[in-house]
Amino acid sequence: MSDYEVVIGLEVHAELSTKTKIFCSCPTEFGGEPNTHCCPVCMALPGALPVLNEKVVEYAIKAGLAMNCKIARKSKNDRKNYFYPDLPKSYQISQFDMPLCNKGEVKIETENGTKTVGITRIHIEEDAGKLNHDEFGGGSLVDLNRAGVPLIEIVSEPDMRSAEEAEIYLRKIKSILEYIEVSDCKMQEGSLRADVNVSIRKKGETKYGTRTEMKNMNSFRSIVRAIEYEAKRQINILERGEKVEQETLRWDDVSGKTFSMRDKEDAQDYRYFPEPDLALIELSDEYIETVRKTLPEMPESRKARYIKDFGLPEYDANILTSSKYLSDFFEEAEKICKNAKAASNWLMSDIMGILNEKEMEESEIPFKAEQLGELIKLIDKGTISTAIAKKVLIEMFEKPQSPNEIIQQKGWIQISDEGAIKEVVKKVLEANPQSIIDYKAGKDRALGFLVGQAMKETKGKANPQMLNKMFLEELV
Amino acid sequence: MELYELTVHELQEKLQRKEITSLDITESYLKRIEEKEPEVEAFITKPEKREDDSTSIPIGIKDNICTRDIKTTCASRMLETFIPPYNATVIEKLSKEGIKVFGKLNMDEFAMGGSTEYSYFKKTKNPWNLSKVPGGSSGGSAAAVAADMVPWALGSDTGGSIRQPASFCGVVGLKPTYGLVSRYGLVAFASSLDQIGPITKDVTDCAILLNAIAGYDEMDSTSAKREKIDYTKAIDKNINGMKIGIPKEYLGDGINEEVKQAILNVAKKYEKMGAKVEECELSIAEYSLATYYIIACAEASSNLGRFDGIRYGYRSENFTNLKELYKNSRSEGFGEEVKRRIILGTYVLSSGYYDAYYKKAQKVRTLVKKQFEKLFEKYDILLTPTAPTTAFGIGEKSNNPLEMYLADLCTVSINIAGLPAMSIPCGIDSNELPIGAQLIGKGFNEETILKAGYALEQELKFRQNYKPQFKK
Repeated sequence: MSDYEVVIGLEVHAELSTKTKIFCSCPTEFGGEPNTHCCPVCMALPGALPVLNEKVVEYAIKAGLAMNCKIARKSKNDRKNYFYPDLPKSYQISQFDMPLCNKGEVKIETENGTKTVGITRIHIEEDAGKLNHDEFGGGSLVDLNRAGVPLIEIVSEPDMRSAEEAEIYLRKIKSILEYIEVSDCKMQEGSLRADVNVSIRKKGETKYGTRTEMKNMNSFRSIVRAIEYEAKRQINILERGEKVEQETLRWDDVSGKTFSMRDKEDAQDYRYFPEPDLALIELSDEYIETVRKTLPEMPESRKARYIKDFGLPEYDANILTSSKYLSDFFEEAEKICKNAKAASNWLMSDIMGILNEKEMEESEIPFKAEQLGELIKLIDKGTISTAIAKKVLIEMFEKPQSPNEIIQQKGWIQISDEGAIKEVVKKVLEANPQSIIDYKAGKDRALGFLVGQAMKETKGKANPQMLNKMFLEELV
Repeated sequence: MELYELTVHELQEKLQRKEITSLDITESYLKRIEEKEPEVEAFITKPEKREDDSTSIPIGIKDNICTRDIKTTCASRMLETFIPPYNATVIEKLSKEGIKVFGKLNMDEFAMGGSTEYSYFKKTKNPWNLSKVPGGSSGGSAAAVAADMVPWALGSDTGGSIRQPASFCGVVGLKPTYGLVSRYGLVAFASSLDQIGPITKDVTDCAILLNAIAGYDEMDSTSAKREKIDYTKAIDKNINGMKIGIPKEYLGDGINEEVKQAILNVAKKYEKMGAKVEECELSIAEYSLATYYIIACAEASSNLGRFDGIRYGYRSENFTNLKELYKNSRSEGFGEEVKRRIILGTYVLSSGYYDAYYKKAQKVRTLVKKQFEKLFEKYDILLTPTAPTTAFGIGEKSNNPLEMYLADLCTVSINIAGLPAMSIPCGIDSNELPIGAQLIGKGFNEETILKAGYALEQELKFRQNYKPQFKK
């Protein structure tokens, strides 16, 4: 098994978040009653013609620039012909031999350090509609709301050598697209999906093996599982002395297996030819520069800034900048509390912990970044203790309330009144004479025990620093 | 004289002088239709009597141009019941000029053919001789104008479909420069070749109609952004000094002798009017027909994919799975000629054949454009026959597709080059069938063609001398 290496290339499809479709002015919004976001153009009525949405070109160029691609000054649309009920024109307008972006690369962080994955090309194309199985009639119903939603297809070089690398690469692509705000990358809604190409070769071999392709994968987990399964399957074939067939496979998540999708004699010939209804896309250097100027600060630069300006460890900076959502969240919280370290810690440990437990995405955090900032401010001002803050955070996940409202309502405001604390300290000392003896005998742990008792007494509301200080004073 | 015998500019004068109302016009035409349509069979959807505003002018529309709430069939079983929910851009433009849709006209199915015999619904007859074809594919439009059943009409031209029937029916037909008229709402046959254009009784009407339909349309990415031109200003007899070339390739083999003589006679008339006429060379012409059929069929095979029985149009009742639904709907919904071209087009785009056919055809296309450009460095217009023959008999070529394709010999290269060209009647043959002369111009220079056409019209007085006889 270890004599082999797996070779993986990805074709990532991302729906662009333009307001209107690629060739007409229908909305791209997800959902809606079937066939309500449609017009003669995206329904392919006779005589209707496409007109290219310039925003699509702009967004695709942004993606190309963010992935270090060369932007073609001249590119063209082509027709990819095939019949399927979700494809109303019976051809998809895509780009064949003159894509908008060529030859880029992205850097990914792997266990073995930084690795560069080549981007072969990025092209624009239109999405197809959707088929809904009709539960009553037994047939299928066509919904064309998605037909004509703009997509970019990002084709990687076969540069990945493990399922983990493929996952890291895909997360990186997702993160870049989110940073430059050209796609919402919602995998569960299908706005980010990938075709995965897998082949196997002996280690040290320079030629690639025969690859198989798994289409339309839309979760990280299935991609990893599918690659691992497919690699094993191909190795077994080679070990038996047989040959891997080049074919398109379907990954079945339930059985955890891949299945052949098409008959071999049914091999598709898409009969690509230049789309005569559209002109060449010609771009000036000035235009491309204008688009370049709209690119936001990218993760690498943010990471460097977090380390330098906020003094965060590289590890933390890496995680925080892994997604634009998280990074923005962090920066907004920091703006409120002016405590980067605390904001980072809260996000990386407590918030991530709760998200994991609840199987939620970062984007599903139910409160605003400002509220995390306020929470940290409350701790820093001594209004609540860290222990209470953790309880407040859990509440914040439950219902949309500000941390202030929660502590008011629950009566969790920290006791910082010197007289009140002194009283508690006295009471605890009286009740625990043995601890006083222990402490004086040099057992430092006794102090912790006493503070704990005082916290218990005050239901966690006493200011821990003040408690510490007063116990020490009393014990001297 | 009946109103239906007048040209549109004559009708407009009468309307302006308030001698007649728009209702008088439509009534006159409706009466004429009642009389002549049973013989000619030009309409797929006949116009209905309706109370119109007092200044509108009716127009017949080829049935591949989408008209809101009016059936648009492309003369195909596939679209027998299709009612578009939208208007083609040209229809909107006409309506702004007070020109109203007055019936939908017969054609070869999906504009594929040169005789209108490939209509699913009916065979239109040539008003000059009812045993002859009106030409095609805009045969219904040309026949209806020739028979005075509509004052003018719109056709579409992919390889000669306006000019050849205009020639066969003795009327004026103009294919504008590619990009001058919006294609939005024209059911596509070959997107890089299709243009909508006027079919009229005379050159002045042609200019008026071109004024109404020309212009940039943001719904058609291939439409050209250019300054608006008033084409009626081009109507002028004075062609003194105009340089006219006659490509010898279009007066050689395959061109009927009477047609040839008529064109040479036109050349003489032009010389008499002060133009300089000389023979020239268009050596690429012999490859035009093959190039045309490869490009047109390739695009058609893709354009007609949308007629799949899923969303609209004909759906076979005979299917048990998706593949059969497609196969049977398309087999039963399309006619022979359409299927032939889809198969041809699919073949030339297939992997392994693409380079030998489609790609090569695109290269020849570039050469055709270049040769024309070269000629237009020397000449203002080119003169050729519109068609190699006059109207042929119904049934004569309908079973011989290659013979039928040859009828496009003189017209296809103009579409390949994207140039404007007009067919104008220039005489009749010994069978009393009209002969058409084709005037080809530089890209976006319709004015020169109209000017030369008008001068010829004034010289020959074809309309005054000859009338369709509805011979049986």
